[in-house]
Amino acid sequence: MPSIVKPSVTHPGLERNALGLSIRDYEGGMSTLCAGCGHDSVTAAITHALWESDTPPHMIAKLSGIGCSAKTAAYFARGAHGFNGCHGRMPPIATGASAANRDLLCIGISGDGDSLSIGLGHLAHLVRRNVRMVYVIENNGVYGLTKGQFSASADVGSTTKRGEANHLQPIDPIFLGLSVGATFLARGFSGDKRQLVPIFRAAMAHRGLSIIDVISPCVTFNDHEGSTKSYLFTRQHDVQMTVTDFVPPAEEISATIPSEGVVSIPMHDGATLRFRTVPDGYDPTNRMAVMEHLMSARGRGEIVTGLLYIDEQSSGLHELGNTTEAPLTQVPYEELCPGSAALAGVGFR
Amino acid sequence: MNPTDTSDPNYFHRVVDCQWACPAHTNVPEYIRLIAQGRYTDAYMSNRESNVFPGILGRTCDRPCEPACRRTRIDGAPVAICRLKRVASDLRGDIADRLPVIPASKTGRRVVCIGAGPASLTVANDLMPLGYEVVILEQHDQAGGLMRTNIPAFRLPAEVMDEEIATIVDMGVDLRLNTPVSSLRSLLAQDFDAVFIGTGAPRGKDLDIPGRHESDRIHIGIDWLESVAFGHTDSIGERVLIIGVGNTAMDCCRSSLRLGGTGIKVMARRPREFFKASSWELEDAEEEGVEIIVNHAPTRFVIENGTLVGMEFQTLEWDEQARHSTVASTVVIPCDDVILAIGQENAFPWIERDLGLEVGDWDMPVVDPVTFQSSLPGVFFGGDSAMGPKNIIWAVEHGHQAAISIHNHCEGIPVSVRPPQGSNLVSQKMGLTEWSYHNDYNPSARQRMQHVELTRRFQSIGTEVEVGFSAEQTAREVQRCLNCDIQTVFQAPLCIECDACIDICPVQCLTITENGDEADLRTRLSAPAKNLDQALYVSAALPQTGRVMVKDEDLCVHCGLCAERCPTAAWDMQKFELLIPLAVSTPVPVPT
Ligand SMILES: Cc1cc2nc3c(=O)[nH]c(=O)nc-3n(C[C@H](O)[C@H](O)[C@H](O)COP(=O)(O)OP(=O)(O)OC[C@H]3O[C@@H](n4cnc5c(N)ncnc54)[C@H](O)[C@@H]3O)c2cc1C
Ligand SMILES: Cc1ncc(C[n+]2csc(CCOP(=O)(O)OP(=O)(O)O)c2C)c(N)n1
Ligand code: SF4
Ligand code: SF4
Ligand code: SF4
Ligand SMILES: [Mg+2]
Repeated sequence: MPSIVKPSVTHPGLERNALGLSIRDYEGGMSTLCAGCGHDSVTAAITHALWESDTPPHMIAKLSGIGCSAKTAAYFARGAHGFNGCHGRMPPIATGASAANRDLLCIGISGDGDSLSIGLGHLAHLVRRNVRMVYVIENNGVYGLTKGQFSASADVGSTTKRGEANHLQPIDPIFLGLSVGATFLARGFSGDKRQLVPIFRAAMAHRGLSIIDVISPCVTFNDHEGSTKSYLFTRQHDVQMTVTDFVPPAEEISATIPSEGVVSIPMHDGATLRFRTVPDGYDPTNRMAVMEHLMSARGRGEIVTGLLYIDEQSSGLHELGNTTEAPLTQVPYEELCPGSAALAGVGFR
Repeated sequence: MNPTDTSDPNYFHRVVDCQWACPAHTNVPEYIRLIAQGRYTDAYMSNRESNVFPGILGRTCDRPCEPACRRTRIDGAPVAICRLKRVASDLRGDIADRLPVIPASKTGRRVVCIGAGPASLTVANDLMPLGYEVVILEQHDQAGGLMRTNIPAFRLPAEVMDEEIATIVDMGVDLRLNTPVSSLRSLLAQDFDAVFIGTGAPRGKDLDIPGRHESDRIHIGIDWLESVAFGHTDSIGERVLIIGVGNTAMDCCRSSLRLGGTGIKVMARRPREFFKASSWELEDAEEEGVEIIVNHAPTRFVIENGTLVGMEFQTLEWDEQARHSTVASTVVIPCDDVILAIGQENAFPWIERDLGLEVGDWDMPVVDPVTFQSSLPGVFFGGDSAMGPKNIIWAVEHGHQAAISIHNHCEGIPVSVRPPQGSNLVSQKMGLTEWSYHNDYNPSARQRMQHVELTRRFQSIGTEVEVGFSAEQTAREVQRCLNCDIQTVFQAPLCIECDACIDICPVQCLTITENGDEADLRTRLSAPAKNLDQALYVSAALPQTGRVMVKDEDLCVHCGLCAERCPTAAWDMQKFELLIPLAVSTPVPVPT
């Protein structure tokens, strides 16, 4: 435990966003994670993105399961709603929350164990339903909270601290997402906020589910030589496949940006995703092409990062289910509950 | 930028804003922590080492440390450093057994100091423990200099001064009172190894305008205060005009109130932003009902039938910088007395001009600003006599430096050879998340000094106005100190660039970024580093990416969280101790 909580004192020149809030207003409780845990940096990046996007804290719902990663939902946006569910069971709870109140910005925080081991089934169905939420996997290749056993994302050959190698095939959430119809897929690194913050902002603006797989080293159990999820290994193998700017709706798209090699993708809320660098022939909207690129990169042993795939066309949970426009809290009681007579009619139809 | 050279004591010294600003480099945060622990005597002694007169200075210091204090940049008000010094002094125990031992057998070196002000007393304080015989010649019948003759007793009680002066004199100083020196030549002819001139700036500036010599109710400020201090003057007219608005003017107006004055006006030529007086002295005077009138330039004394009845002023209109003025009108303000407080000058009528002692502009002796030696080897100056009127803490610092020079001079070492400053850095880590100091930030506001109520204040000029901090006020004020001496020390080879320190810092001091030149770096940090007076601490290239760690020292609150959240202990909190060379404590190095 830290000796003190982060003091309330702030930089006197602290900037304010459109709501008059400073970034400190988007912080949460004091982290109890190990010093140097990648997850804390991911928290900082989320905090930054929330502040930048002028999101009112009470319009955020934080959802998580179990794990060191899952704990971090408590470490940002202290003014937000939050639900900390069972291990691997955050997706159904998030689906419920999103179904009930479509105006909420749902942010799910999960780990590689939580999402790819115990919770894999739930995750796949969350993707299929395209629930509008930001789904962050803080991926460290181990079960940090239970002291460092390999998780389902551990690479073949990666070793534990004591030197035993993993022999089981890893599950890559990006490939998983591509195969079950995900509409927003990105990978980042906790040590690179310059890349991470715009990705989070884009994810928050996306109309469906966005999965962000963040390599987030476990400094205590998986940051040694022999680990493929250490700070050093990640830095040595990180290849930024795409570099993306998130241009919010209010901002004019600068005419000075050369159009050549730049792919601009309009988002449904008026914002624009500008892919500043993409490799030759890479089309972030073409699932097939993305799959091919990622496959060959994997063959080269690269850790590919960036906003990798986006589909702004597909419908989300609410469109698919043809749900009401308003959050359920705003639907009058008589409409929410049509009465036993009407229900009886439904039952016998 | 090149990696910051932290082996230079000046680097971390500058981070301790108060200590850096203090002419004597008093270790402020250390003594504040000692007060917090109730170790008042230790706090007093820590002060005494550098500033010699903690009790006097805890009431009267010009406190250059306070405007410099980091806390001002954080919440707008500095730590009440000066008044905490008084707490240490008021609550301390006996210090007799902590004073340096004075050797019984003397070295045979004899030094004479002229004037018994703070500068000379400091020289004696520093040389007595080294076995010197020190003679102080003072024209008045009491020691203390302007502290005795000019600083009014309602700001500085005589007992406080008596005790701290006695501490020095009792080391065996040969203090000869009522002994004015009228010839330097005759003193040089005597058997002294060195002469220290600490005679101050004894002459108050006059105002030669019509009527000046036609009344005995026109006084020179510092002379008038002196005659009040010695009890020769015990009354004044009801309506008093004070000309000038420096600190002397503040003492004159407040003294007048205690000697029968009721309508006291301080007349200033310029607008308030351009006053010389410290803001707190102005506040204290106004609290007592003194009226401060701006933009009035005196033109003549109005004398009727040989009696002073008023003074004529031009009212001025100034441009923005208060450089140029135009006269708007002329007014006469009635008064019974006028006190001139428009500055002090040096005067050395007793220094013969054919001794080879070079005298420069404004009749000031040419004095080396480092060694304090005059052009005549073995003759030294210090305090107000050396560089013109300053204040007590500067007089003390001059005394320290002159003592080092005198010691060199007597040992046959060139005075230009100065003992170097040193420093210590000691980790304050006590456990994984435990520090030897109170690292949390305390949001308390600066404590207001309580004053004796107005009605009681004017009954006697000796009633001290400030009552000192209560125990509760002290407890709060000590925690406002940000422990700026507990330095954040970084070791680049250990950093894994996890960003933990950057994310946790409450005031956005830290950044990992590509290196660049300073101007460029200052714009690329977590928060722009706009305060150019504060350094950037730049690391060597980091092992994983070759980027650098940059810390903007400006706003760090020394909470230690960066070090606590660092998994590899690349950051550590280390206490910086400046080793200040003094004649008493440091062996003078032999030149090579
Ligand atoms: C009204 C007033 C208020 C002040 N208030 C403050 C304050 O609140 N805080 C602060 O820090 N500073 C204050 N100062 C300034 C401070 O008092 C001086 O800067 C300081 O005392 C200078 O010390 P010194 O040792 O150089 O000389 P001084 O204190 O001036 O002492 C010189 C001594 O030399 C003696 N002397 C002079 N000529 C001879 C001679 N020929 N033979 C023998 N003896 C001689 C004098 O009698 C005197 O005792 C104030 C000054 C004035 C005028
Ligand atoms: C149902 C259930 N099974 C097992 C556990 C034990 N458990 C707690 S956290 C955890 C793994 C967490 O790993 P991950 O999601 O990768 O999070 P990390 O701690 O690495 O961030 C496990 C297996 C549990 N809490 N509940
Ligand atoms: S065990 Fe690993 S994942 Fe958990 S807090 Fe510590 S470093 Fe982070
Ligand atoms: S906060 Fe304390 S150590 Fe820092 S400048 Fe102020 S008094 Fe000095
Ligand atoms: S001690 Fe470290 S964390 Fe605290 S304010 Fe200073 S740089 Fe920031
Ligand atoms: Mg994990």
